[in-house]
Amino acid sequence: MKFAILVNEGPYQHQASDSAYQFSVAALEAGHEISRVFFYHDGVNNGSRLTTPPQDDRHIQKRWSALAADKGVDLVLCVAACQRRGLVDEGEMKRNGKDASNIAEGFRISGLGQLIEAGIESDRLITFGD
Amino acid sequence: MEDEEYTGGIEKKIIYVNRRAPHGTVYALESLETVLIGAAFDQDVTMLFLDDGVFQLKKDQAPEALEFKNFSKTYRALEMYDVEKLFVEQESLAERGLAQDDLVVDVELVARKDVGALINDQDVVLSF
Amino acid sequence: MSTLNVLNKSPFEKKTMEQCLARLADGDSVLMIEDAVVAALADTAIASQLESVGAAHALYVLEPDLAARGLSSSSRLAAVKVVDYSGFVELATTHERVHSWL
Repeated sequence: MKFAILVNEGPYQHQASDSAYQFSVAALEAGHEISRVFFYHDGVNNGSRLTTPPQDDRHIQKRWSALAADKGVDLVLCVAACQRRGLVDEGEMKRNGKDASNIAEGFRISGLGQLIEAGIESDRLITFGD
Repeated sequence: MEDEEYTGGIEKKIIYVNRRAPHGTVYALESLETVLIGAAFDQDVTMLFLDDGVFQLKKDQAPEALEFKNFSKTYRALEMYDVEKLFVEQESLAERGLAQDDLVVDVELVARKDVGALINDQDVVLSF
Repeated sequence: MSTLNVLNKSPFEKKTMEQCLARLADGDSVLMIEDAVVAALADTAIASQLESVGAAHALYVLEPDLAARGLSSSSRLAAVKVVDYSGFVELATTHERVHSWL
């Protein structure tokens, strides 16, 4: 079965991103496909490569990036939510005249249409939020 | 991105469940944004307002003094995007001392006992 | 055409659970995750309400979230079945849609 996942909250503050990750791992282990993980609202903060959690804590961003690298999961950050919160990729950096970019490996920035499309083309859409 | 046309050929029933008051959090505004962007996908869209979500449709909202966008006007424009199924739960309104006249837009009232069936008639649930 | 309703808030803090339970349709199930797992315990103030919901609907609780909160071996409502993440995935496939009550 094809799952799409929606993550509405940022890392470390709320369990939503952790729950979404654990669900994704279990779904992949069961032989299902995760067609897309869409990060919305504060959820886009999961895609910053500049986070440095303490060594004895989980690294939420790296876990997601590994899922993209190892399993080909499409990690999409909502562009409007990113712009409001200072999450910037190379393209956005140039377009908006910023002096840095901070998107982690495996994540890409795109529009809300990607969420709708994921809902349409997957068998199930599962939302994790507050 | 905002203008993209969906050519995948799938039409699904998508329900947006709105249960939170506007302005205190961003979710009401984002739900509306998603509905507007989603209009380009030509899907069968329903918006459902439950619990504090009914306050999203309240007339006379004036958030401008807080420098917030007054997006309550946009609900009246949804028709132009072919989003015509707006459901409000009757009990949610009554519990909050509101009536249909207090709302910015014409809606269809649904009884609490029928909400589950309305949701079960859908393919995708987006909750905000 | 049943729905898996996912709850993540404690009924002792928010009304979300009661708001969800009031809108269940025939055949719907409820899964408690994150802070909602506290509702699965026996002898709480809402135990009898949940037991009666459990007579008409399947109720589930996510074990890793119970364990994280020290509640794995606490007595639970008889109506509630325990699942792990693979069980959560399974439930998502056996219901036609998943509705997270945020």
